[in-house]
Amino acid sequence: MSVITIERKVLEKNDEVARQNRLLFAQHKIFAINVVSSPGAGKTSLLERTLEHFAGRVGVAVIEGDVQTDIDAQRVAKYNVPAVQIVTRGGCHLEANLVHDALQNFDLTNVRLLIIENVGNLVCPSNYDLGEAMKIVVASTTEGDDKPLKYPAMFRNSSVLIINKIDLLPYLNCNIGTLRANALRINPSLTVFETSCTTGAGIAEWANWLTARATSVNA
Amino acid sequence: MHELSVAQSIVDIVLQHLPKEDHVAVKSVGLRLGEMAGIVPDSLEFCFSAITQGTPLEGAALEIEHVPLTAHCNDCGVDGNIEPTLFACPSCGGRSLAILSGREMQVKDIEVEESEGIR
Repeated sequence: MSVITIERKVLEKNDEVARQNRLLFAQHKIFAINVVSSPGAGKTSLLERTLEHFAGRVGVAVIEGDVQTDIDAQRVAKYNVPAVQIVTRGGCHLEANLVHDALQNFDLTNVRLLIIENVGNLVCPSNYDLGEAMKIVVASTTEGDDKPLKYPAMFRNSSVLIINKIDLLPYLNCNIGTLRANALRINPSLTVFETSCTTGAGIAEWANWLTARATSVNA
Repeated sequence: MHELSVAQSIVDIVLQHLPKEDHVAVKSVGLRLGEMAGIVPDSLEFCFSAITQGTPLEGAALEIEHVPLTAHCNDCGVDGNIEPTLFACPSCGGRSLAILSGREMQVKDIEVEESEGIR
């Protein structure tokens, strides 16, 4: 019996491709975000509202991750932005090489902002770096106010929290103050937005912040 | 449930370290797993044993070293264990923490033995 020392990161292959993606984004001055949430929190609706607000003023490209369908890419394509669907066929998260392959479909010269919508899942995507500048976590009020405590890794690894479906607050046992406090306890540096895709509340604030960030990368 | 793809990555790494000429069987794989790595050990072990059938890793034990979540408190300077649901300094309750450990997911080493018969 002999022992062979290995000492290698399990996800080193993914991390290496993520590094290449990041390099590509830097070369093309693209601000890339990785949007994560549980299923049904409203990632695609938020994306639609954001694109509506941009109204073609920002060079956006979208990568949609989905387990089975291309429904999301069809929804996004209506806004006249280049969109590529990655169907993971059961896979619970996007990996860097999937994003790398999807990028071949875009003319990156006109892209300033790349929005990657991950598969709806608050566990698995937190381990897989895609090369993004930051993760944006969407938590909806219907999920309750304890989500950040149940999925600390995702909230810790994200830079922005969007609390969505705030229009439903009067009908729910969700305390938005508690939700905020729980999230900030896990990650005090989170930037928090409150939105409703139904009423449009908070969308302008979030979209303008995103534009400012994308512009500062491109400057 | 990304344990399957994690198990596959572990197998890929181990296979790269096996001696080319000799017929060896992997007896155990040492893994370092952080408390906040987002991995369910039982699920990982199940996936690992399923995908290693018919490979030199068949029957190998997954020996997991669990690494606790620890952090340095920027407020009081203490290093300590952090409760993942509290995320506060165990000493002063401070919230400004720099994580020291707890996210690890590394293949440490393997134990191999020459397989019987074929030589």
